[in-house]
Amino acid sequence: MIPAPFTYRRARTVEEAVDLAAEAGDEGKFLAGGHSLLPLMKLRFAVPEVLIDIGRLAELSRHHDLEHSALLAAELPLLARAAGAVGDPQVRHRGTIGGSLVHADAASDLPAVGLALDATLVARGPSGSREIAMTDFFRGLFETALEPGELLTEIRIRRPAERGWSFQKFTKRAIDWAIVGVAVQGGRVALVNMDSVPARAGGVERALAAGDGPAAAAAHAAEGTSPVSDINASAAYREHLARVLTARALAEAASRN
Amino acid sequence: MKVAIGVNGRQVEAEVEDRLLLVHFVREVAGLTATNIGCDTTSCGACTVLLDGESVKSCTVLAAQADGCEVTTCEGLTGSDGRWHAVQRGFHAEHGVQCGFCTPGMIMAAVSLLAENPDPTVAQVRAGLEGNICRCTGYHNIVRAVLAAARDGRLPGGGSPAGAADPAEEPA
Repeated sequence: MIPAPFTYRRARTVEEAVDLAAEAGDEGKFLAGGHSLLPLMKLRFAVPEVLIDIGRLAELSRHHDLEHSALLAAELPLLARAAGAVGDPQVRHRGTIGGSLVHADAASDLPAVGLALDATLVARGPSGSREIAMTDFFRGLFETALEPGELLTEIRIRRPAERGWSFQKFTKRAIDWAIVGVAVQGGRVALVNMDSVPARAGGVERALAAGDGPAAAAAHAAEGTSPVSDINASAAYREHLARVLTARALAEAASRN
Repeated sequence: MKVAIGVNGRQVEAEVEDRLLLVHFVREVAGLTATNIGCDTTSCGACTVLLDGESVKSCTVLAAQADGCEVTTCEGLTGSDGRWHAVQRGFHAEHGVQCGFCTPGMIMAAVSLLAENPDPTVAQVRAGLEGNICRCTGYHNIVRAVLAAARDGRLPGGGSPAGAADPAEEPA
């Protein structure tokens, strides 16, 4: 499978990337590790006319970097662990956290992790930089709050006040996307693949805040979700998995507090 | 666009389509056909090569992205004196091969794994090869081969892995 023709441009700096994107207009697309975008282009689901390669910018963090970061292991083990569970070693050598967030696939792991960590994103466009709260970032199926030509340049995460964390992911094979996943940091809980967008599990968070234990709070995991039925699982099975995985995650997080 | 990619230590320069995938560059421009195209969807790992020393699936990298970088394929592992790489010796000694289609990708993934972790446990070998599928399901001998290569690499001068206890069934 071969992508439709496009023009390849390589950016050496963030400024150059933003300029190239402005020049390309609606036909441009940023390329980081390419492990979400290139497969879509090979299937011709994505047909950008201009690819702006930001893959050599020193600012990028690959999953492999996060997985092996001593700083993250000490301060944000949820992120290090989840990054190490993305795809397989070859994918982690190329894929980046920024690319994963911007791709906004509800079945990807790191968007849910970003939500559980209550990250703040910084986007740079032709008219300057702005901050976007993670909770405002995902807008619809593969759709984010980024404007055309805006580049994600920073992911800011505060050191969590509540240290308990867990990442649970249910797959058929190691390299598959999660059928359902859950990320927990303290009292924040986010689900993978339970809706058209990555989303926090509000019912679980409210139950935890009201003093419920892991098992009682996890019973709310599927509330307000609308998972798909597909070849991997029915919606009802996904709802069941969300409750089971959330119970395991909350129990594990509590054990790490 | 014009790209210059080091392939197994040889500089290969060519004018290519911007959309050319690295695996096609390796096979059709550099003329090295050990690297196989299996699933073509980043799943099977048959097309695994090293890009600046790290394993990647070359069906999901553009040749343009590898411009100026160093690519190593299975052909590039054998030393200039003709001596096989420890991983090649391991696959030979432990018969980590059935039909052979996945083998070049498995070997390159194993080289990358051992570069990061020269003394892996069985579980770490299995996790390290999770991006590579053997459709003959010959995984036990592949795991033995990688463990043999790790032992081999630790011995001065690269001794024979034969005769060592078989640890492939060690629980994860």
